[in-house]
Amino acid sequence: MTSITEASRPDAGNDPRATGTPRSMKTPEHVVEIVSDSGEGAQKCGQIFGAVSAMMGNGVWTVEIIPAEIQPPPRSIGSASGNRVRIGAGPVTNWGDRANLVVAFNEQALLARHRLDAIADDAIVLLEEMWADHDDESIRAEWSAAMEELSAATYRIVRVPMEERCLTVVDDARKGKNMFVLGMLATIYARDAERTKDRIDQALHKKSDDVRRSNRALFDLGAAWAEEHLDFRVDVPTAPNDRPMVVMNGNQALGMGAIASGMDFLAMYPITPATSVSHYLAEAFPRVGGIVHQAEDEIAAVVAAIGASYAGKTAFTVTSGPGLALKTEALGLAVMTETPLVVIDVQRGGPSTGLPTKVEQSDLLAALFGQPGDTPKIVLAPATIEECFHCVVTARQIAEAFRTVVFVLSDANLATGVQPFPRPTPDPRWVATLPDQRPVEEGAKPYGWDERTGLSRRIVPGRPGGAYTTTGLAHDDESKIDYSPAVNEKGCRMRSRKLAVFQQTLNPPPIHGDDEGDLLVVGWGSTKGAIEEAVDRARADGRRVSSTHLTFLSPLEPGLKEMFARFEKVMTVEINYSDRRADPFVTEENRRRGQLCWLLRAQLLVDVDCWTRVHGQPLAPGRIVEAIEDRLGIGAES
Amino acid sequence: MSDPCSLLTCGEATDRQVALEEYTGGLPRWCPGCGDHAILSGVQRMLESEQVVPERTVFVSGIGCSSRFPHYVKTYGFHGIHGRALPLATGIKLSRPELDVFAVMGDGDCCSIGAGHWIHALRYNVDMVALLLDNNIYGLTKNQSSPTTPQGHPSNTAPDGAWLPALNPLTVTLGVTNASFVAQTADWAPSHLYETLRAAHRHRGFSFVRILQRCPVFTPGIFMEAVRKPERIELLVHDDGVRDEAAEELYEHHVAHDPSDLNEARRLAETSEHIRLGVFHRDPSRPTYETTRRLPVFTAEERIAVLTRELDRHAV
Ligand SMILES: Cc1ncc(C[n+]2csc(CCOP(=O)(O)OP(=O)(O)O)c2C)c(N)n1
Ligand code: SF4
Repeated sequence: MTSITEASRPDAGNDPRATGTPRSMKTPEHVVEIVSDSGEGAQKCGQIFGAVSAMMGNGVWTVEIIPAEIQPPPRSIGSASGNRVRIGAGPVTNWGDRANLVVAFNEQALLARHRLDAIADDAIVLLEEMWADHDDESIRAEWSAAMEELSAATYRIVRVPMEERCLTVVDDARKGKNMFVLGMLATIYARDAERTKDRIDQALHKKSDDVRRSNRALFDLGAAWAEEHLDFRVDVPTAPNDRPMVVMNGNQALGMGAIASGMDFLAMYPITPATSVSHYLAEAFPRVGGIVHQAEDEIAAVVAAIGASYAGKTAFTVTSGPGLALKTEALGLAVMTETPLVVIDVQRGGPSTGLPTKVEQSDLLAALFGQPGDTPKIVLAPATIEECFHCVVTARQIAEAFRTVVFVLSDANLATGVQPFPRPTPDPRWVATLPDQRPVEEGAKPYGWDERTGLSRRIVPGRPGGAYTTTGLAHDDESKIDYSPAVNEKGCRMRSRKLAVFQQTLNPPPIHGDDEGDLLVVGWGSTKGAIEEAVDRARADGRRVSSTHLTFLSPLEPGLKEMFARFEKVMTVEINYSDRRADPFVTEENRRRGQLCWLLRAQLLVDVDCWTRVHGQPLAPGRIVEAIEDRLGIGAES
Repeated sequence: MSDPCSLLTCGEATDRQVALEEYTGGLPRWCPGCGDHAILSGVQRMLESEQVVPERTVFVSGIGCSSRFPHYVKTYGFHGIHGRALPLATGIKLSRPELDVFAVMGDGDCCSIGAGHWIHALRYNVDMVALLLDNNIYGLTKNQSSPTTPQGHPSNTAPDGAWLPALNPLTVTLGVTNASFVAQTADWAPSHLYETLRAAHRHRGFSFVRILQRCPVFTPGIFMEAVRKPERIELLVHDDGVRDEAAEELYEHHVAHDPSDLNEARRLAETSEHIRLGVFHRDPSRPTYETTRRLPVFTAEERIAVLTRELDRHAV
């Protein structure tokens, strides 16, 4: 039964201070959600709270709660917008299970999270109370209905006069309530006020002095209100960072990685959730001479990137599911002409327009097999925000060394997740060297394949003596169109060989947990943190489970078959679709499995099982623990 | 006159004289009598007279009979995919403005599958020469209707004749904001073709040239009358357009047309009893996209210094 505390109107003696010393809850981690109507700034509040927590030495994972529409009707279930911030005494690698503290700007946003089962049973909720006795009768009715629905839950709801307090400082409380909330959080979690206010200034650097001043005042107001009225504090121990850290989301990390790798040219067409990479680069890229070309469509974007790369510049394109589908034919051209190209695919829910803002590991098989004919390319997937940064450097280098397409499969979880990580030390050697413009040596050919490795050196335009025509038609080593059987066989073999050669440079992936056991969980991409946390919990309960996480999906990292053989069972955990074993008509033979599962079975001839979800959300470790237990024959599959 | 190299590594421009034969690539595989042969000759003649530097030149194309073009010119070439010559060329020129870029397309390539790119390439106004080799039919895939096929003309996909009125590539082009050079010529008017190509090459901006091209295999009749009856042709003449004595002698109908007059250009481009050859529009004042977007080249050290500042902004 939810208890509602009217913190602003304490009954006893009418003295708020009468509550005495607040109770301090020490905990290794806490999940906070701040939810509002979109436009009320809950996200900014969450981001600053996350950044300050990171600065003070907490592990942090921040993820956006995104409304389904740009301008949803206010105070509706669909309008809940904000952030979840999970802070921990140690590193935090995922968004966790359910929220322990929720700050809601209206009761509908709270209800939305409640209905998604996002809130822990014993959570504390700080709820704006202005709606309870609002002038508008229908709003009062909505409030009552919500309270009725919530009464079944066991949260402790504390009513907060946010609007009333904010109006003492600003005329429009919609602009600034978020800073009041930030102040409350600073008090609850003992965040350093000065550092937080510096961050507020930074976040508002484009605004006027007046705006910054009133936001700081609102922060103080919120902090003081919580100091006076809240009877609890949360203590998530901090440990000062022993090395310099940076904090950003996965798309910013991809953008900075592009700068670190020496990329020159990004051609793109806007698509959620990939676009913010280009938002970041549209601002930062020109400072390093980089061009962001917003093309007329995805086909033009990828083709222009191929043109730039062909011309000797380093180029990439950024897209998501539907855009990737349009780029299909051109990617075949890049593979066929052996034009280096990095494709960053920030995956979202599919098929078709699907779930544009939501998480899915949707495009693994499309990346590998999207093209007609044989189009070998390299596919890698960053698992953390730090890896988003570094993988662009790696991808660019591989694309050039192997003259091929390299896919980077990020997803909406990484794109919107914010996490601190050790500050990279960029190195000028990461930056692409300028292509050779000297006259072409006697006898050099545009596809002078080394027969053993399939590798060849490219000739970019501008080099005297090199004039030749690149073609997507079958061609010989001089790039002459040739449909003869031997020539086509050889071209295909040379392009494929590069993958086998590249695989020689890879190590088997590390195992998280013991080297053998009852179950091995295999994952890829953004689910790593959640999977490893789940494995740790299951192991703490005595389960003989381990996990491994693949960075390279094409070619696969070596040693998998041998590794899998040391476990009784192997199961992938993925955010994409699979038939459940118990579904009607589903048999062992017709069961459609998760994408990595499909790949591993085909490639390794191992009976790999899968547990997947297409719920549009990052995986919660608790759900993975249940899946592990189910697979081990403990507990019941849901 | 050429741009400094964006790679910082190109050698000095050569003063070497390039002979006509040096622009000759592979042996053309077009059908005998195909208009593409004459267009190739005209292009090579122009390359020679303009002394275009072969290694600094890229011919880009899509897929079609006409798109085999790059293989037959001894410069760099990129024979891409159907309909996408223009974005490919745009990527090349945007990233390396010092290269001389040509895009060669068929009417299916440019006006059908690549129509979106056509509109936007005109608007970008990237400095390149775009040639539409318009035979009013799909040649390579053997006789299907194209957007420019005359209404009623039969093909394998419209045996009773094309259902729709033909698209007029000139009016489309002239309707696009920022179009800076639009001309029409014909494969059977070699000196006019040559002069038009030269004017197109000299224009700094996106030079769109529609070349009426005979396909004796699938559309032998379409341009027959125009070839046989010079009175069907009307020449646009102006000192800012194209002057070609031979053509002016052969074709009796002339219109004095100042290519800076866009309204008049649009009027002249409308389909009429005459086939009009010449420069419809030329506006050298429009900035090219690669100039608008041009940035200095940064060294690795400079880039890392910028990145270090970016990381500072995200430090905690
Ligand atoms: C995506 C795609 N669709 C269709 C084709 C088949 N195709 C090749 S060329 C062509 C049309 C050729 O006509 P046009 O562009 O007018 O050039 P022409 O051969 O007449 O010079 C078609 C439809 C293809 N290669 N790629
Ligand atoms: S089919 Fe027509 S366009 Fe193609 S090469 Fe033959 S004559 Fe030329």
